[in-house]
Amino acid sequence: MIITRRTFVKAAAASGAALVLPGTAPGAPPAPVMRAVPSSGEMLPAVGLGTWITFNVGDDPVLRDECAEVIAAFFAAGGRMIDSSPMYGSSQPAIGYGLEKLGRPEALFSAEKVWTSSAADGPAQIEQSRRFWGVPRFDLVQVHNLVAWETHLETLFAMKADGRIRYVGITTSEGRRHDLFEQIMRAHPLDFVQFTYNVVDREAEERLLPLAAERGMAVIVNRPFRQGALTRQLQGETLPAWAAEIGAGTWAQFILKFILSHPSVTVAIPATTRVDHVRENVTAATGPLPDASMRDRMAAYVRDL
Amino acid sequence: MSEWWTYRLEDFLLFSPRVYWRLFELNNAASWPLHLLTLAAGLAIVLLALRRPPGHGLWVAFILAALFAFVGWSFLWSRYAAINWAIAYVAPAFGLQALLLAIGGAARGSLAFDRRDIAGRLGLLIAVVGLVVYPLMPLLFGRPWSSAEVFGIAPDPTAIVALGVLLAASGGLVPLLFAIPLLWLLLSGLTLHAMGDSQAWLPLLAAAITVAALALRRIAR
Repeated sequence: MIITRRTFVKAAAASGAALVLPGTAPGAPPAPVMRAVPSSGEMLPAVGLGTWITFNVGDDPVLRDECAEVIAAFFAAGGRMIDSSPMYGSSQPAIGYGLEKLGRPEALFSAEKVWTSSAADGPAQIEQSRRFWGVPRFDLVQVHNLVAWETHLETLFAMKADGRIRYVGITTSEGRRHDLFEQIMRAHPLDFVQFTYNVVDREAEERLLPLAAERGMAVIVNRPFRQGALTRQLQGETLPAWAAEIGAGTWAQFILKFILSHPSVTVAIPATTRVDHVRENVTAATGPLPDASMRDRMAAYVRDL
Repeated sequence: MSEWWTYRLEDFLLFSPRVYWRLFELNNAASWPLHLLTLAAGLAIVLLALRRPPGHGLWVAFILAALFAFVGWSFLWSRYAAINWAIAYVAPAFGLQALLLAIGGAARGSLAFDRRDIAGRLGLLIAVVGLVVYPLMPLLFGRPWSSAEVFGIAPDPTAIVALGVLLAASGGLVPLLFAIPLLWLLLSGLTLHAMGDSQAWLPLLAAAITVAALALRRIAR
């Protein structure tokens, strides 16, 4: 489904996803666009921080400090959501190290995953992840890649009922298992869903994004840059002059603005090891976002390169 | 794993090349000056295999066993597993290789480095290359010298030297001893390939030459 101006406005209204451009104090960095979590109304900055590969630095003290600097820059730019998984090697301890070093920023919105084929091991894994992060509880726990999703969802909904987590979600990536993903979205009262969506991977526009709006689920977009491959591919190409109309000064901002302009998208979670990139990413969620016709123009431009 | 056919090699890579090579830098810094000892041990292995003094099989096997156990614990288990959870399942294989080598060395007549056919000579050449040339790879591939992979400290040259001397070996346990180093080099080569590292062909080539040498020996029979 290609988004027309009419469907764009309709989806925005249906999702109830508020798009708020807060006022900015003189001299302060522009505040990022905020989006509402449909199930609670809680507002979140539309750009988060992914940690796949980038935060898996082992015990390397130099690289752990670099991760802490990225987290610091992320919060300074107005970011909140950090997303990780037990699958991401040492990313969880690296996040915990960074948060500890920064004095446990209150702005943090912690998004974790449960990833084990043994349903019985789920609670212990979530507890281990919580210790790595050093947080009293996670805001969001998602079933990673739908692994053992039925029993893990039971666990997560019970934890939510007990107040041990705030939100429940499921994830997939790179267009995998969308049929099952859709079935689960229809059958369970999820707060968040996470999948891949960007200017070239647009399969989610067909069913998942409209369904998220219909079911009142927040959408986290992973792999916005195809793990860096998309930005590398576009690096040698000229950014069109009309990108300035939406305030996109780089290809990364161009891609992020495309993603965030979909009314069903709540947060995109690009991953990076660089402080300048994290600032650039969060900045993409400031200023104007493309409308439906501009989105078509953006997608066509990238497709024709 | 569902829809396994949609996965590419790169999808299994959990870390960046920078983090991978930093592992070797940190490991080298922590292990120095053990490198001098392991290189001397490697040289001793080649000399023992060449000159074959009485009891050489036991010494070669014991030295290799000790170094496999050391690399498995100090590099794979203590460092690499932190960024790649799958290595936690691989590191014990290095322990198993150490055990098999120790058994082979201790059991009378089960391990002798006495083959001097083409495969055996090629094997000793491979061992020398793994020992002397492998640590020089950072110069060739534009990495910091501090990330050098040294026999007895890093897994790839340890596996390559082991395969080399095993090509010159005879004994009942010998066929079994090829499996773990070969599988390791395959895994390492694929990992480097997924990282887009031009050094990927090296461990794969070493494994391929070993398999080809074993096949040639079998055909020659």
